[in-house]
Amino acid sequence: MDNILSMYLYPAAIIAAKSVFLITTLLITIAFLLLADRKIWAAVQMRRGPNVVGAFGLLQSFADLLKFVLKEVIIPSKADKAVFLLAPFVTTVFAISAWAVIPFDAGIVLADINIGVLYILAISSLGVYGIIMGGWASNSKYPFLGALRSAAQMVSYEVSIGFVIITVILLSGSLNLTDIVNAQSGDYGILNWYFIPLFPMFVVFFISALAETNRPPFDLPEAESELVAGFMVEYSSTPYLMFMLGEYVSIVLMCAFATILFLGGWHAPLPILDFIPGFVWFVIKVCFMFFMFAMVKAMVPRYRYDQLMRLGWKVFLPLSLVMVAVTATFVVFFK
Amino acid sequence: MNPIILDYLPILIFIGVAIVVSAALMGSSFILAKSNPDNEKLSTYECGFEPFENARVKFDIRFYLVAILFIIFDLEVAFLFPWAITLGKIGVFGYISMMIFLAVLTVGFVYEWKKGALEWD
Repeated sequence: MDNILSMYLYPAAIIAAKSVFLITTLLITIAFLLLADRKIWAAVQMRRGPNVVGAFGLLQSFADLLKFVLKEVIIPSKADKAVFLLAPFVTTVFAISAWAVIPFDAGIVLADINIGVLYILAISSLGVYGIIMGGWASNSKYPFLGALRSAAQMVSYEVSIGFVIITVILLSGSLNLTDIVNAQSGDYGILNWYFIPLFPMFVVFFISALAETNRPPFDLPEAESELVAGFMVEYSSTPYLMFMLGEYVSIVLMCAFATILFLGGWHAPLPILDFIPGFVWFVIKVCFMFFMFAMVKAMVPRYRYDQLMRLGWKVFLPLSLVMVAVTATFVVFFK
Repeated sequence: MNPIILDYLPILIFIGVAIVVSAALMGSSFILAKSNPDNEKLSTYECGFEPFENARVKFDIRFYLVAILFIIFDLEVAFLFPWAITLGKIGVFGYISMMIFLAVLTVGFVYEWKKGALEWD
């Protein structure tokens, strides 16, 4: 009995405690990033943004959470009730699940599996199910059209993201996220990071990540001028909150993923700055990526749907395909 | 236990915790918020009038085309993963084999493009 306890139960309890800590930290961080998003958006438009709840509006997200929780849940009478409620739930669960393999610093990772990249790719593709389910189960026109658009958009850009990841693993030679970060370490700091040799791919990844997470300028699924709010029209209260939360969790995940693939993970940009813990660098880089996401939202007008599909299939797909061939040529003949 | 399976145990536990946290968050408003439904509140949204027809209508064939194209290219990506990792070991032979494969796919892609499968207007 003691043997079983020490062999299985204690390690499992420690992992569970770590998981709770990671998810709590993640959700609190996202509360503040959401506020930062709104503040940046406001600043670009010369507004002040939320500034009433707490100093500088710092507690705004928590006030919003309370308000969401106290609102009435409305399930349309024609909706497919089980799927209707399952949709936001799976969106959030899948978005959070992908964080299990993200390394925050050397050795600080919940599950250091060998196929981390594949795991993230798989889990983030599952996110489209939540949207399809929500759009279908609502049994209403706008959600249905929004879900169709969203699914087509997400799968189109996922192909480009796949090719971009191939170019990175061609250089790093591993699917393990820790190994990919370590492959970018060296004596030259920032010059070792993959965003320099693979700069076009970094741009493609960034724009595809915007499309993949339905962020402006690619927020066509919820284009409010045509589709009111797309697949989220019929949702209210916490089910709606779960869609929003899932979206922001996957946005921050994409920021972290871009940091790992292209920005050297937890490594310092200059070797003399190594005394600052790697974890701090990781957070700074993720925040920088999130800042870019927020700036794009504030500055770029929304794309039309045909422009979006043209960009995905006729520009990014051929470009990334060519870059895979070029990178492979480099790896085989010049490395 | 097999050590490879043990590597994945944290992921299983993590997903379990994520499910519990999400369920708690989602369930909270079912418990805390008061529910007062009526017929109009639960009706389908349609700009203020009754919906004309069933929402699950016919839709554009191009969404179906995109799905087919996605399957082809995503399978190709999945096929490239093992090749990309082992490229250092399989060398020039592996490189040339994959380039031939990519060339065949590119021919298909050009055909789709010329046929107008990628047009949205």
